[in-house]
Amino acid sequence: MPKADVLLSGVRPLNEQACDVWISDGRIRQVGAAGSLVGDPHTVRPNVAGQILLPGLVDLHTHLREPGREDAETIATGCAAAALGGFTAVHAMANTAPVADTAGVVEQVWRIGQATGRCDVYPVGAVTVGLAGERLAELESMASSAARVRVFSDDGICVSDAVLMRRALEYVKAFGGVIAQHAQEPRLTEGAQMNEGALSAQLGLTGWPAVAEEAIIARDVLLAEHVGSRLHVCHLSTRGSVEIIRWAKQRGIHVTAEVTPHHLLLTEDLAATYDPIYKVNPPLRTVDDVTAVREGLADGTIDIVATDHAPHPHEAKDCEWSAGAFGMLGLQTALPIVVETMVASGLMSWAQLAHQMSVQPARIGQVDHMHGRPLQVGEPANLVLIDPQKRWTVQPEALASLSRNTPYVGREMPASVRGTMLRGEWTVVDGELQ
Amino acid sequence: MTSPARVFDADDMSRVLSRIAHEIIERSRGVDDLVILGIQSRGVPLAQRIASRIEDIAGHSIPLGALDVTMYRDDVSIRGARPVGVTQVPDVGIDDQLVVLVDDVLFSGRTVRAALDALNDIGRPRSVQLAVLIDRGHRELPIRADYVGKNLPTASAESVMVRVSEIDGHDEVLLGRDDRAASVASDGYQA
Amino acid sequence: MRHLLSAADLDRDRADSILNTAAQLATLQNRSVKKLPTLRGRTIANLFFEDSTRTRLSFEAAAKRLSADVITFTAKGSSVSKGESLKDTALTLEAMGAEVVVVRHGASGAAHRLAHSGWTQAGVINAGDGTHEHPTQALLDAYTIRDRLCAGAGNLDGLRVVIVGDVLHSRVARSNVILLGTLGAEVTLVAPPTLMPKGVESWPCQYTYDLDEALTGADAVMMLRVQAERMNAAYFPSAHEYSRSFGLTAARAQRLADHGIVLHPGPMNRGMEISADVADGPRSVVVDQVTNGVSVRMAVLYEVFGARAQVGAIGNAEVDNFIGGEPDAQG
Repeated sequence: MPKADVLLSGVRPLNEQACDVWISDGRIRQVGAAGSLVGDPHTVRPNVAGQILLPGLVDLHTHLREPGREDAETIATGCAAAALGGFTAVHAMANTAPVADTAGVVEQVWRIGQATGRCDVYPVGAVTVGLAGERLAELESMASSAARVRVFSDDGICVSDAVLMRRALEYVKAFGGVIAQHAQEPRLTEGAQMNEGALSAQLGLTGWPAVAEEAIIARDVLLAEHVGSRLHVCHLSTRGSVEIIRWAKQRGIHVTAEVTPHHLLLTEDLAATYDPIYKVNPPLRTVDDVTAVREGLADGTIDIVATDHAPHPHEAKDCEWSAGAFGMLGLQTALPIVVETMVASGLMSWAQLAHQMSVQPARIGQVDHMHGRPLQVGEPANLVLIDPQKRWTVQPEALASLSRNTPYVGREMPASVRGTMLRGEWTVVDGELQ
Repeated sequence: MTSPARVFDADDMSRVLSRIAHEIIERSRGVDDLVILGIQSRGVPLAQRIASRIEDIAGHSIPLGALDVTMYRDDVSIRGARPVGVTQVPDVGIDDQLVVLVDDVLFSGRTVRAALDALNDIGRPRSVQLAVLIDRGHRELPIRADYVGKNLPTASAESVMVRVSEIDGHDEVLLGRDDRAASVASDGYQA
Repeated sequence: MRHLLSAADLDRDRADSILNTAAQLATLQNRSVKKLPTLRGRTIANLFFEDSTRTRLSFEAAAKRLSADVITFTAKGSSVSKGESLKDTALTLEAMGAEVVVVRHGASGAAHRLAHSGWTQAGVINAGDGTHEHPTQALLDAYTIRDRLCAGAGNLDGLRVVIVGDVLHSRVARSNVILLGTLGAEVTLVAPPTLMPKGVESWPCQYTYDLDEALTGADAVMMLRVQAERMNAAYFPSAHEYSRSFGLTAARAQRLADHGIVLHPGPMNRGMEISADVADGPRSVVVDQVTNGVSVRMAVLYEVFGARAQVGAIGNAEVDNFIGGEPDAQG
């Protein structure tokens, strides 16, 4: 059945001049001045005037938990959360059970994602077998599988062995892959619970020092330079990390980096509640670190925002701090938090937001043939519509994720995703899942 | 509020305590096994004064002590924790002695009940008697004083404020309408 | 004081009041009947996820001397050792009617979590949580110092107290730095740099790596237990070297003021952080600490039960009667 055409009248691409966008057969058919397009007799004309139009968001760092922990999240529920958050593509991290370290597992994830139809799911392959950090997984097999894996990560665990990391960086050059490193020196972070500093000492919680992140990033950028490879650094969280990435880029090293929405907003003080809802890895840092990652994102040192959406069942958080799991939900709150911390604060424009939440992550993940495309005639209609004035309050039970571990309970969000479109089909209309 | 009425001034108090001292001597037919225990906090200076008057008359010292009944009260679950005062039992102990408990005001009787329980844990007196400066009625337990400075009819909403120079700087007894704020502020005690 | 989770929950007045109450309760030791009826019919749960016979017995004795009923859960031989969660245990205790829970747990913040998670309405007393705090230990230490050096009354203003050892992992040190500071003492921490917490310069105390300097003229020294496994984690090279730099020998103890006393929360590693002759010598108040622990914990239990009354009885006519008509708790 042919899809009905859609005419978006009076929308503001990248928050610029209002215009009309006509979508037909899953692509942008025509773009014209506001009020200039009329469409066909059967064209659907939703009332979206004044809303901001961006390319569909792309998350390079999502935990969908399937296979293995379907009590926390499934690919279907994660995709629903993604669509409601304005995402049209997510990269699903490899730390599932079984680990996504073979072509079989990544193809399974990819196929289930295709079947949901709400969001493109691109599996991330494990770097090492079973995330054990001992020998390389069959990276080429995953790359040449139906899932077409290009991003490899042991996320959750650092590839700490320098030789193994070097080999991984070298090996993926053959098929243009990238290693996404979870930078955490393991010996410096044994039993670590929160950012190391005066507060961790006061609370009696084992510290996760900034140097444990920075030392690995420094080593890895030098390794990447030495072997001439691309490196992506996951969820960097400290001022020192930002400075190392800035230095590396100036030096011409092919490194990209991401920051999570929660590291743009929240600080270590929340650990004083001993409520593990605020427990995350890397940990929440200081106000100075938050300032530094915001500046780094604004000046492009940090290339992208990635959610590190990490669902956990209730019991994994309803316990004492040290027994609690690391991680927070992120997909449905990512965009408004970036709006609050970066756009509303004047640090970046909507165009830059689109660049760092859609265009760049699509490029790093090598899905830029389909996602993160310009808002131009002929491009795939992967789009998100945002009402920048419509505030909403986070209620965990109202989120689409199977899990409830959002640190933003009761917090007011400054902007709302009103519509999400994947290849011309609505996945979200008027803020409701389709 | 209306200003409180003075029930006793310093002279009245002195006279009444002397009378109680005489009554104790008379009732106990000699003071050989007498022990006087003041109930914390204002019962303690009153007990001291009574003991010293008895000593003046009898010509020898009277064993004197202090009893804190805080931990014996039945209202921890209602009123909460209070500072615990000193309990000081004289060297002779209380076994087989005639113990006269001294308190400032007899009201519900619960403090005396607590004091009797406390005594029970310390020893076994031959007999226990009770002396109070003011009996204001409204008993909630079958308890009666042996020596009373003054029977003072009160409404339950009224408050009796006993001030003693050892704690408050001067001696007097006031009767006022319920006025917690002023009385608490005056000396830190609810009076 | 609804809960006692941290020494920081105690302002100076509250701490003084607890120590004063403890001092009065200590006189019970001299009586043949050592029991008070204060908490008759009330229920206290001792919840010991970590084995600590010493602290558990002290709380048990305190509860029983106040006539409370005590339910004890210990790590050994109960569902706790089978991995039952803190939450489930809390729910069980709530169902059993425990009004106050004394909790010892290996996780920092466990007591805080128990008090604020909504799992139980009980008052919570922290009997040691991970490497965070142990406020009743600090209270008994302060009591012991006051008893020995201030004639059992007054404050600790200007007293110099040195705390030596594995400060990094010590809940005793954390609580003592806070409480002794609140009471006016000048605290100096001494440890090898590896065992000094990050950010110690922001703590309300002094710190140094030189034990001899710190001990000179000090009024009290508190030696912390140093666990041998720290050696394996490279905090210090050998027990011998640690002992040489940070162990309290008889010669070192002579540097204290003439009246200077030696405290240790126990159990002691004789020959490691403290030599046997100091541990058993005239300056040692280790036995007093154990004795005082019971009185201090009685005072804390009384205080926490008292706070429950104030929370629970608002609007109660009987309260109005007491407050309005009962000067000096007349009755």
